[in-house]
Amino acid sequence: MSFDGLWPYIFIAVAGWLATDLWRWAGVLAGNRIDEKSEVLNWVKAVATALVAAVIAKLIFFPTGTLEASPLWLRLGSVVFGGLCFFVGGRFRQIAGIAAAIGFLAAGLAILGV
Amino acid sequence: MTAETAPDPQSQTHWFLLGMRGIFSLPAIILMLSFVGFAAFTAEAKIPVEQVMFMTGMVWALPAKVILVGSMLSGAHILTAFIAVTLSSVRMMPMVAALIPEIRTSRTPTWLLLFLSHFVAITAWVFAIERVNGVPRDGRVAFFAGFGITLTLLNILLVGLVYGAVSEFPPIVSGCLFFLTPVYFLTSIWISARHRVIYWALGIGLALGWFFAIVAPEYDILLAGVIGGTLAWWGERALRQREARS
Repeated sequence: MSFDGLWPYIFIAVAGWLATDLWRWAGVLAGNRIDEKSEVLNWVKAVATALVAAVIAKLIFFPTGTLEASPLWLRLGSVVFGGLCFFVGGRFRQIAGIAAAIGFLAAGLAILGV
Repeated sequence: MTAETAPDPQSQTHWFLLGMRGIFSLPAIILMLSFVGFAAFTAEAKIPVEQVMFMTGMVWALPAKVILVGSMLSGAHILTAFIAVTLSSVRMMPMVAALIPEIRTSRTPTWLLLFLSHFVAITAWVFAIERVNGVPRDGRVAFFAGFGITLTLLNILLVGLVYGAVSEFPPIVSGCLFFLTPVYFLTSIWISARHRVIYWALGIGLALGWFFAIVAPEYDILLAGVIGGTLAWWGERALRQREARS
């Protein structure tokens, strides 16, 4: 499509803004009716977490861009190595886990020459 | 309503500012790195920088923007693009619905929640779920507003600033920038889980996310979320009831 004039902004507003904010508004209206201690909220949280988990799985198993050419074992190896460092990392487990996973990936990419 | 007094405006400012300070946290920094990656992606795709900044503010959620850019590049019809983006964003509804009961008070006006819901995306959601328990209920909406609004505005600026500078990264750098997001989300969800069902939902969601991406790639996130989340909730509840009986 052409990126000139007003059309791209209308396109972004309709296909981007409306398409996402409609669900956020629906979430407010639904969330306003949910009791904080109810079993329904437990279910909603489980679904929200599983949705985010599915996004994570897609990024790891089916990445776009540079990583598309990287082997799956390297990406899974990075996650597993990061997970190990996370569980022994104590107070700094988040930084330790993330740094270990990214370090493993960078080393692998460098060695494989991706 | 005798127990709840009107919120003190000074403490509201205090919690808003504390929320703002969240932009110096690990999640905010990782998100900004992801936006540097997004700026590089759009610069490579030759989308004008004003439009990239506009969509950063208007759409906010990164996965939805990647799909929107893909649709714009392929010359998709506006309706086709709308359907693709809206399918990727259904997850916003349970995310917002799970957050609202945690932050509102009985006096929080709905229009304010509708406005603030715009700033919910995965990072702000994970951040809020993780930290909001340490904030008194009266300050939670202000705390989330301070974080969410500041983070969004900052990333609009960031995209505008780095767009020209990062037209092309070495592949290792862009690969690592990309991988930061899933690794960060994994650690954050694990740390912020306060209930067994969250671990179950995370594990089942990961497995089903992979499975449905292969068998039903059009609706994979939605199917994995609803089916996986329901399985996790049902299984955990069954175990909880059995534990209560014994």
